[in-house]
Amino acid sequence: MEESVAEPKSLTILIADDSDTDRLILAVLVRRLGHRVFEAKNGQEAVQLFQHCEPDIVLLDALMPVMDGMEAARQIKILAGERMVPLIFLTSLSEAEELAKCLDAGGDDFLTKPYNRVILEAKINAFNRMRLMHQALSSQRDLIRERNEQLVTEQEIAKRVFDNVAHTGCLDAFNIRHHASPLALFNGDVLFAAPFPAGGMLVFIGDFTGHGLPAAIGAMPLAEIFYGMVSKGFKGADVLREFNQKLKKILPPGMFCCGGMIETEFKHNQLQVWNGGLPDGWLVRTSGELEVVPSRHLPLGILPSDQFDDGMDTLATEPGDRLLMLTDGFLESRNAEGQLFGDSGIRRALESRAGTQHPFDAVMEAVGHFSASAADTDDLTMCSVEMVDEVGISTIHDRIEPSPLPGPMEWHCEYEIRERTLGDFSPLPLLLHICMEVPGLRRKSGEIYTLLAELYSNALEHGVLELPSHWKQSADGFDQYYEERRRRLSRVEGHFIRFSLSHSMTPSGGRLRIVCEDSGSGFDFHNHPILESELRPGRAGRYAGRGLLLLKRLAESVTFHQQGNQVEIIFDWEVAGTSSNPASSHRQ
Amino acid sequence: MTEQPHLDGEALAELQDVMEDEFDVLMRTFLYDSRERIASLKQAVSEQDAEALAHAAHSFKGSCINIGAPLLGELCRTAENAGKEQRLEKVPAIIDAIEKEFRNVADLLEKLMVR
Repeated sequence: MEESVAEPKSLTILIADDSDTDRLILAVLVRRLGHRVFEAKNGQEAVQLFQHCEPDIVLLDALMPVMDGMEAARQIKILAGERMVPLIFLTSLSEAEELAKCLDAGGDDFLTKPYNRVILEAKINAFNRMRLMHQALSSQRDLIRERNEQLVTEQEIAKRVFDNVAHTGCLDAFNIRHHASPLALFNGDVLFAAPFPAGGMLVFIGDFTGHGLPAAIGAMPLAEIFYGMVSKGFKGADVLREFNQKLKKILPPGMFCCGGMIETEFKHNQLQVWNGGLPDGWLVRTSGELEVVPSRHLPLGILPSDQFDDGMDTLATEPGDRLLMLTDGFLESRNAEGQLFGDSGIRRALESRAGTQHPFDAVMEAVGHFSASAADTDDLTMCSVEMVDEVGISTIHDRIEPSPLPGPMEWHCEYEIRERTLGDFSPLPLLLHICMEVPGLRRKSGEIYTLLAELYSNALEHGVLELPSHWKQSADGFDQYYEERRRRLSRVEGHFIRFSLSHSMTPSGGRLRIVCEDSGSGFDFHNHPILESELRPGRAGRYAGRGLLLLKRLAESVTFHQQGNQVEIIFDWEVAGTSSNPASSHRQ
Repeated sequence: MTEQPHLDGEALAELQDVMEDEFDVLMRTFLYDSRERIASLKQAVSEQDAEALAHAAHSFKGSCINIGAPLLGELCRTAENAGKEQRLEKVPAIIDAIEKEFRNVADLLEKLMVR
């Protein structure tokens, strides 16, 4: 008598009425319609039964002992939560006010006595349709919410992977200021910075077309290329060429990356800048003077390699000068009136700033005051690089993980570059790369790069090209030097520079022997005036004092052979932990 | 009030149709229920509980309407209103009328079941 056999489309219906007569009639009517019935004699029973039988529809008498229908309705609606359970009041009430109270308590409709089976059926069906529609909407909403959560989770994972690949390099260096939203990756913005092995640093700010995952996808290979190449000593132009080639290959048509490359040479007090499609960069001199660094190139990923121009503009600077580069999110910021911030907004911010205010802060502040909503700044990426004294920057390190492999310990190689290639190609990244195969040398990449670079530039400029180094000491001579260098590089027939690298194990670590020989005529190292007492067997000749001192400081020994066109350098390293002061281990 | 019939033949016929085998159960349930309701009405009057009276009369009224006893239902409404209006002095007379009408209805329903 309690339940009829449930049919496929049958609903579960809870009937609560204290009148046995009325409940019996209704229960029979509902069962005859093919539904399953649960019966309660008062409001409290109804609430308990509701939790237990999870009915699809509740038919509820308004006036009942123990707990009346109104209170039961309120409790049932709370229990149902987001589930829509139509609640129909059974009533012989006829006063409008009483009926309204039923609806206020959460009722959806009335069924008046005497019961009419046609009306009852129509109401049950109507409410069932509403219930199903609500269910469909809820499950779609849940699905959307679930998908969205999934998307956010995936983005977070992608971001973590990306952060592991890209890390922040040396963006936290004291001479760099930057702003990027935590999810800038999915706005298509990227910002990388890394120190060169031999001083100076490279910074890249990029803005991919589009948003979301498609915009983020190109960032990953760029990060790999950037950090990989910079740590091997490649320069900005090399990295740009590689970027362009990679993006051209992987990005679909119509997608590209606007970018800015900043290469600082603290030693020479100059900046090399390349701007392809980004808004104007701004060089803010210590005097407050502004210099615009406009885009002179197409964005990355558009031109084929043979048409790509990696030429960077050189800006002479002084310590304290700052270069600001930013993505177009800044220019596109709008105020409440819908006006654009634009280049003029940046210029105003930079020109009107107080003397002590950092240009970076001035622009951030101005755009913050300008834009209508704070959310706007989520889409902005900006960085500022300050020129500093070379000495001050030497503490910046990249985060290179030591390899767990022992690597090659006993090896020898020779590498010779000849003739035209002397002018076209730098062998330094390759040579550094070979040395970096030895894990113990990896911590010394900066020193080794410096040694190789010093040897190579001496062999090339003074050995092969026979340029006198004193020219570089005056401003006029500097230009003359480089003009002459360019001219002589076109006449290097028969010339070569040969590197011989040997590595062997020592009880406490390893020893790297670098011999650099050139085809030049050499110099009289036996009678060189500088450091006469220290060098053996010879002393520096064509070496400027500074270069020789550097070699001497970094290496175990520096020896000249033959007629001065062969230099031998011994570099020792120790296994980390065997010395209490690893930094000085090779100079003991 | 007096125009109302003791039983609504049409309503009863429909109930018979719907309830099928359970019609007799329904009739017995109604008769048992009604005696309880009348007892509740009397108790409410003796306790001078106007609210309880209105409640009991209201529920009784609903059953009467459902079962097809319009006159009895009308009398219940009078009792309910008296309870709501806190006028209990006329109620004993109304309850007498309800009891009398209930006996009429009961007799008629008994005959219906025997048939």
